[in-house]
Amino acid sequence: MAQAPVLPRGFELPLKQRLPRIGSVDQVAVEARAGELAKRSIKKESKIWALELALRCCDLTTLEGSDTPGKVAALCSKAIRPDPTDPNIPSVAAVCVYPNLIPTAKERLAGTGVKIASVATYFPSGQAPLDVKLRDVEDAVAMGADEIDMVIDRGAFLSGRYATVYEEIVRIKEACGEAHLKVILEVTELGTYDNVRRASLLAMAAGGDFIKTSTGKLPGAATLPVQLVMLEAIRDVHEETGRKVGMKPAGGIRTAKNAIQYLVQVHETLGPDWLTPDLYRIGASSLVNDILMQLRTQRTGFYSGKDYFTND
Amino acid sequence: MPRLPVKKTYKLFIGGAFPRSESGRTYEAQEQNVALASRKDVRDAVQAARSGQPKWASATAYNRGQVLYRVAEMMEARLSEFAGLCSGKEEVERAIDRWVWYAGFADKLTQVLGSTNPVAGPYFNFTIPEPTGVVGIVAPDEPALLGLVSRIAPAITGGNAVVVLASETQPLAAIELAEVLATSDVPGGLVNILTGKRAELAPWLASHMDVNAIDLTGADGLRADLERAAADNVKRVVLGKPDTQSLYEISAFLELKTVWHPIGV
Repeated sequence: MAQAPVLPRGFELPLKQRLPRIGSVDQVAVEARAGELAKRSIKKESKIWALELALRCCDLTTLEGSDTPGKVAALCSKAIRPDPTDPNIPSVAAVCVYPNLIPTAKERLAGTGVKIASVATYFPSGQAPLDVKLRDVEDAVAMGADEIDMVIDRGAFLSGRYATVYEEIVRIKEACGEAHLKVILEVTELGTYDNVRRASLLAMAAGGDFIKTSTGKLPGAATLPVQLVMLEAIRDVHEETGRKVGMKPAGGIRTAKNAIQYLVQVHETLGPDWLTPDLYRIGASSLVNDILMQLRTQRTGFYSGKDYFTND
Repeated sequence: MPRLPVKKTYKLFIGGAFPRSESGRTYEAQEQNVALASRKDVRDAVQAARSGQPKWASATAYNRGQVLYRVAEMMEARLSEFAGLCSGKEEVERAIDRWVWYAGFADKLTQVLGSTNPVAGPYFNFTIPEPTGVVGIVAPDEPALLGLVSRIAPAITGGNAVVVLASETQPLAAIELAEVLATSDVPGGLVNILTGKRAELAPWLASHMDVNAIDLTGADGLRADLERAAADNVKRVVLGKPDTQSLYEISAFLELKTVWHPIGV
């Protein structure tokens, strides 16, 4: 059973003592820097490279109560070959589904290299007893999930019971076994950048392989400043311990242009090492079609339309 | 005290707003600085037209007629301004009358162009006209205003949304018309007007896969190339006349849908 990594210096519990080390986020400066980085213009070959990278980093997601095996099967086909007319277009990184749909996805994705991510831990609220959450994770792993997207207990976090949140993530990481763990902070509910930074550090200290912005169930979700705060937390952990934690913005990234802005930020904050599906993911559904549309425009030399791509 | 008159900045009309060109460029036409649109403005305009079209097509025919009539009302109020931007008062009056004529046809199209068809079987068979979708229009240079209205009005009467490349040499009437459209209940995105170099913009419009039909009335020497580009997604190519009003100008931008409805099942 995997052990939670040893807490880096300064990240030991109880958190109260190390709050000054966590520091606080300068809201104005973060928003200004995120705004500046969003203005970078990426052209020609670099743009095509960035578009293909964004596609390779996508977690093609469907998390609806109305998901059926048929819909997930179609989504898997799209994940393997996003553009049926062009075999040069790479596959996405993973599909992200509810646990009940893992068997369908597993059958479709066997041998393709596309991973199966499943949400668990009483997604999206996380308001359930720990043993229910653990069972949820164990079941998802047993059914074949390669990656588990968990939600933190925001109720506990916001009432200051950081140790509870930490403990839960550690236990869930154990339950994951070999599966990668992505920790969803649900930043919209955290309220402030300070909280986002605190939750990011907590999630990393507890052993999360990825930190993820949102469930995608709330409006607002991922924004450029929020990602910047989280990237800087990842950078600080890397500088202090050498450990590389991944980042996954999710929710609200719908255009290729927007996705490239996120990638620019990663490159500028963490460097090219993080520009790989192993350390960076984008949780998205409609984004994929926009990327495909841009890639086709680059290939054919004229503008394309929504009607020429599959609706997953 | 003498005052400095406020000069107008001539801009594009996309999605109901008046943006400058994405490229920031301008050129001089009719002694004014006019926005010089880029291919990205074409792309944005098509996107705006695509999102504006379904709502317009699903409005009642009566309502569409009312809105088109409103355009005529708004133009009447600006008659003298328009007169200075084209051949004169008479052309403006004819353009206004043209809007009224097409406004009247909005709720008569289906009756005139549709039909019930006799078939040898237990079916009620009928044909109804439907808009084709997004229409690109390469507007003619002459007449500056009437030519523009004669091409826009029939396309939108049928329920389409349009992206217009205004005359390269006489674009001011088009921008003035955009101001009229913006104040006359025409939904944003239904009519998008770009000013700039025809040879630069028209190929992007003609080759755009999300444009359903293209009107090459003002294409002149570019026609053959544009037709070739339009063939890729089998766009309907319309070669209209700059000064005409006819039911068939409307039907040029319509698709006919025939339905076989079983009887007695």
